[in-house]
Amino acid sequence: MADHPLSHRTETVRDARRPPRAAPAIEFAGVHKWYGAFHVLRDIRLAVHPGERVVVCGPSGSGKSTLIRCVNRLEEHQKGAIRVHGVELSASSREIDRVRREVGMVFQQFNLFPHLTVLQNCALAPVWAEGVKRREAEDRAHALLAKVKIADQAHKYPSELSGGQQQRVAIARALCMNPKIMLFDEPTSALDPEMVKEVLDTMTALASEGMTMIVVTHEMGFARRVADKVVFMDNGEVVEAGDPEEFFTAPRHERARQFLSRLLH
Amino acid sequence: MTILLEDARLAPPKAERWRAAAADLFSSPVNAVVTVVVAGLIAAALWRFARWAVVDAAWSGGAETCRQRSGACWPFVASNAQLMVFGVYPQDLLWRPAVSLALMAGVIAASMIPRLWSATLALAWGLVPAAVCILLSGTFFGRPVSTNEWGGLPLTLLVWMIAFAGAFVVAIPLALARRSNMGGLRTAAIIVIELVRGVPMLVALYVSRFIVPMTAPGLEINLFVSVETALILFVASYLAEIVRAGLQALPRGQTEAANALGLGYWRTTQLILLPQALRAVIPALVNLGIGVLLSTPLVAVIGMTDFLSAVREAASHEQDWPGCYTTAYFVAGLVFFSICFIASRYSRWLERRLRAAGHG
Ligand SMILES: Nc1ncnc2c1ncn2[C@@H]1O[C@H](COP(=O)(O)OP(=O)(O)OP(=O)(O)O)[C@@H](O)[C@H]1O
Ligand SMILES: [Mg+2]
Repeated sequence: MADHPLSHRTETVRDARRPPRAAPAIEFAGVHKWYGAFHVLRDIRLAVHPGERVVVCGPSGSGKSTLIRCVNRLEEHQKGAIRVHGVELSASSREIDRVRREVGMVFQQFNLFPHLTVLQNCALAPVWAEGVKRREAEDRAHALLAKVKIADQAHKYPSELSGGQQQRVAIARALCMNPKIMLFDEPTSALDPEMVKEVLDTMTALASEGMTMIVVTHEMGFARRVADKVVFMDNGEVVEAGDPEEFFTAPRHERARQFLSRLLH
Repeated sequence: MTILLEDARLAPPKAERWRAAAADLFSSPVNAVVTVVVAGLIAAALWRFARWAVVDAAWSGGAETCRQRSGACWPFVASNAQLMVFGVYPQDLLWRPAVSLALMAGVIAASMIPRLWSATLALAWGLVPAAVCILLSGTFFGRPVSTNEWGGLPLTLLVWMIAFAGAFVVAIPLALARRSNMGGLRTAAIIVIELVRGVPMLVALYVSRFIVPMTAPGLEINLFVSVETALILFVASYLAEIVRAGLQALPRGQTEAANALGLGYWRTTQLILLPQALRAVIPALVNLGIGVLLSTPLVAVIGMTDFLSAVREAASHEQDWPGCYTTAYFVAGLVFFSICFIASRYSRWLERRLRAAGHG
């Protein structure tokens, strides 16, 4: 990473942020989740406002992935309520599909469709989930591929791209649905170090356009530069949530201090 | 060592491998003796075969020549080719099975070219057997020919194509049901699959031909329909397990990514999961196809004149054509062997190609 974790945050990204509106984009209200007997999320209370960028961090197994996967219902919670743009997630598959079209997700392992070209990967969901005409979907895909700087790879298969390129395709694919919220689950953890920057740059650009984002990451430089809020999780709980500068310089909780000291060494 | 040799990337070049194999064959006195003895036996067998097929064979003339020679009776094949290939189909309408044969061979050949895999080709697998049925039966035009008079190679191919295409239609829902999280549906699928797989093909044919009609008095089922029902169910139960294995092998991330994009269960299955799963199990599909083709002569036991029965029928005039049984069965064996040999070489080529392409 180019940025030292203690370097000053660039202000340009923050300026683009819209003032938080009354209704949160995502709201967790006393959410609990169990895997069998294992209590993986404990009383999560969290609001993410439109345009807000939230970075989630914490030790392995603390429930970060589970938390964001509950937002688009890849995982079900058992207690409490999750509201996306005021709509409470329930078992109704129509509502789930609607929420999923508004919420894009980027995975650690990219999860591109290997049997489709980059362009087809991007145009697929607009055509089949949104009902857009193929031509229009492909135009959209070309535009977004240009935005993530891989316009020239549109007709290749994912296996022909580098990890960094694949992850940028995954971002473009999610953006093709014109989501209002983007979820990132450790998007750079599976990448070789030299490819991390190109993906983080893409995400930073997205943030500067005012996208609402929840990013699970251990890239603390990115968190300091881009995040409005850092959420620290441990053992299924949100231990600390607040201003990134404060979190990094003076974490209030012992567990957060330990986590940060381990991360910096 | 053997493990390393099996890995294509590490395998030495062909000449090298031959030399290594030759060295192995004579690596000890015992090995040398075994090698010489086996080579001698093979040579003797080849010589006997060559005498039968070439030296002692009748090459021209008619039944009279065959009576004088002790080898194969090739003139028999020439003068009975029509009966062997087309069975008892009416003589004056042979263009129909001939066109049918060409149509089916065309679709099968096209299916072997990966570049042509498409929805259109899948459609052809449905339409061509239907067209062949119309053509052979003479429905909508010309003189009707009852299914009892269909026969020979076109019938064998038709039975096989319908069994395979029909099995796909049944197997995919079965495979999906078996993976479903609806308990009742899953149980039903498991029962059907395991029940049918637990039965030999011959029994399936008998049940469909003789037991099913007994369930409803007066019910008369066309022989062709009986055969296809049994075969489709039979093949589908195996196919369902192959498809399920293919689906099972896909990473969970594929479903999750599709769902996260807002694609529902059916779209995810149709656009993301099945195309990848089917591609991954192509070698198993080809194997199943070969197995089913080799089993088709069983349909003769319930009265269908498939290719092998047509050959047997042609050869049954022993008094006119002495020694023609061996010749006729040799030809039939050669036809089956050629088809299966090509299919299996093709399968290996395809497997390599798909692996090289990186999305297999
Ligand atoms: N499907 C599952 N069934 C049972 N337990 C699960 C399942 N998925 C996750 N877990 C457990 O839940 C806990 C939280 O998992 P989660 O993936 O949310 O952690 P994480 O914070 O994302 O960790 P990491 O940094 O390793 O990705 C872990 O202990 C994990 O073993
Ligand atoms: Mg995780």
